[in-house]
Amino acid sequence: MANTATDQAFVEFERVQKSYDGETLVVKDLNLSMPKGEFLTMLGPSGSGKTTCLMMLAGFETATHGEIKLDGQPINNIPPHKRGIGMVFQNYALFPHMTVAENLSFPLEVRKIGKSEREEKIMRALGMVQMQDFGGRRPAQLSGGQQQRIALARALVFEPELVLMDEPLGALDKQLRETLQFEITRLAHNLGITTVYVTHDQTEALTMSDRVAVFDDGRIQQLAPPDQLYEEPENSFVAQFIGENNTLMGTISKITGDQCEVTLDDGEIIDAKPVNVSEVGQRTRVSIRPERVEMNKERLSPDAHTLKAEVLEFIYMGDIFRTRLRVAGNDDFVIKTRNAPDQVRLTPGTQIDIGWLPQDCRALDA
Amino acid sequence: MGLPPYATLGQRIWYYSFRVICGLIFFFLVAPIVVVMPLSFNAQDFFTFTPEMLRLDPEGYSLKHYRDFFTNPQWQLALKNSLIIAPLATIISVSLGTLAAIGLSQSHVPFKGAIMAILISPMIVPLIISATGMFFFYAQLGNWMEGTLGLDKGFVGYVKVVLAHAVLGIPFVIITVTATLVGFDRSLTRAAANMGAGPVTTFFRVQMPLILPGVISGGLFAFITSFDEVVVVLFVGSASQKTLPWQMFIGLREQISPTILAVATILVVISIALLTTVELLRRRSERLRGMSPG
Repeated sequence: MANTATDQAFVEFERVQKSYDGETLVVKDLNLSMPKGEFLTMLGPSGSGKTTCLMMLAGFETATHGEIKLDGQPINNIPPHKRGIGMVFQNYALFPHMTVAENLSFPLEVRKIGKSEREEKIMRALGMVQMQDFGGRRPAQLSGGQQQRIALARALVFEPELVLMDEPLGALDKQLRETLQFEITRLAHNLGITTVYVTHDQTEALTMSDRVAVFDDGRIQQLAPPDQLYEEPENSFVAQFIGENNTLMGTISKITGDQCEVTLDDGEIIDAKPVNVSEVGQRTRVSIRPERVEMNKERLSPDAHTLKAEVLEFIYMGDIFRTRLRVAGNDDFVIKTRNAPDQVRLTPGTQIDIGWLPQDCRALDA
Repeated sequence: MGLPPYATLGQRIWYYSFRVICGLIFFFLVAPIVVVMPLSFNAQDFFTFTPEMLRLDPEGYSLKHYRDFFTNPQWQLALKNSLIIAPLATIISVSLGTLAAIGLSQSHVPFKGAIMAILISPMIVPLIISATGMFFFYAQLGNWMEGTLGLDKGFVGYVKVVLAHAVLGIPFVIITVTATLVGFDRSLTRAAANMGAGPVTTFFRVQMPLILPGVISGGLFAFITSFDEVVVVLFVGSASQKTLPWQMFIGLREQISPTILAVATILVVISIALLTTVELLRRRSERLRGMSPG
């Protein structure tokens, strides 16, 4: 049993394209390979093609081109009800005319599972989401969070190996969302289920996933674990979309190995790490995270370039301070500092020098 | 809800005249039906209130017209025919109408408006025109069935009337079912498919229970349409398919017997019972859908 890397892929998209009208492609040349047990999130703005990908995997949409494989088998010609994939819908999609237990029983009855085994599985699934006492209720008698737990239990009760989730927490309030995020990840890992999760909420994507696929314009812009995605965005879309980000426009003036100098539009020079720029004279958008901006010159190397900045606004946010600066003509340059005892609170109008480690400042496509 | 203390004179006048208008409308709707009921207990063979009846003298009342209805073979044949034709026509209307409504609710169906217009046209076209058309059409169909297929003449007669009545009932089913489908969540059918249910299972276990109120109301309208219908059955049917309304029509024209009034009263009672049952069923099913507090 010599398993190569491709043999182990559980879900595979191979050069998949999708067009609804035969003219514009909603999904353009999608390639994706997921190992068994992975929690993968498809993240992107609306209209980026992420939900379409999920629907193709579930079988509700057909791929215009390319092949989707599940456990090595092409599934393009298998109807949704024979794919054996669990799914949680955004609006829960619980059957309103059935009780909670009947809802959970439905996929088991369809599979002709005996009564005693059904009851046992239903109780176990309800137990997983801490809803054992609600079997006799109707969906309309439950709160949104409870309904979504039932929807989750229903997607898991027939023990599918792959579960799809289409923005399942979109309609819930923040606190409930955080609780359920944790519960979903815990369940998915404990049961060893392969999960494809679609969301437009980047916090959700970062906290829940093993890997995140950032979608835009029908393509995967970057597919990486959350930390890599946040700290090492490969292009300016990902940098802008994930987390807060400061950008400055400029031109590459010198490249030496994995470091470069960027001449900003107002003539100042900064150090950066070239990511998807390659030649001198190219336009670039440099990106730096607010928490990686350094105000203490002693922490920078002696020859590091610094920029003059004027404090415009100081916002106290409890655990952090958020200071808005004017840097190189950009009024929206934000830095975040931890609320530590020795941290200075900058007053508007103050002039300061800021800098950063070259590897924290990424020169990306303009 | 009473008048608020700040109501102007105009609002006060409108407040009371509105109630008078509503009362009048109600009176005009109900009076002709109500007046029939006591007359059906008339001891005489007339369509008028006799002095005995007005004096509330028991001598003036009798059940003889009801007795006539239940013993007269003409009326019994008509009743039997109505009870054969209406349910069969209803079953056909409900099956076809529901399927048509579901089909027309799909987003990818071309010429939806035109198809819908054709399907509900029997409701809009004057009945006498439909009936004339049906007369020629079903005459041909009947001849073919009798001649080529060699079917029994009486059986063919029933088939013709049932089909004609089903066509009249379909628009009601389509309209009520379409209205229920507007609120139907497509992701429910997707969820069912996702859990492994084929299209047929999904239809009967998920979609049908949820659109049932619309189907029931449509079925009721279709049933009443067939049960009350006199024009089409006169054109398409023959004497052996004589239905209750037909017999009443003959009765009025030829013998003016108060038995008609007895039948009318029975029909009104049946209609009220049907409506009540259906309304109770509909409420129950709405409660099941979680649309109103249980």
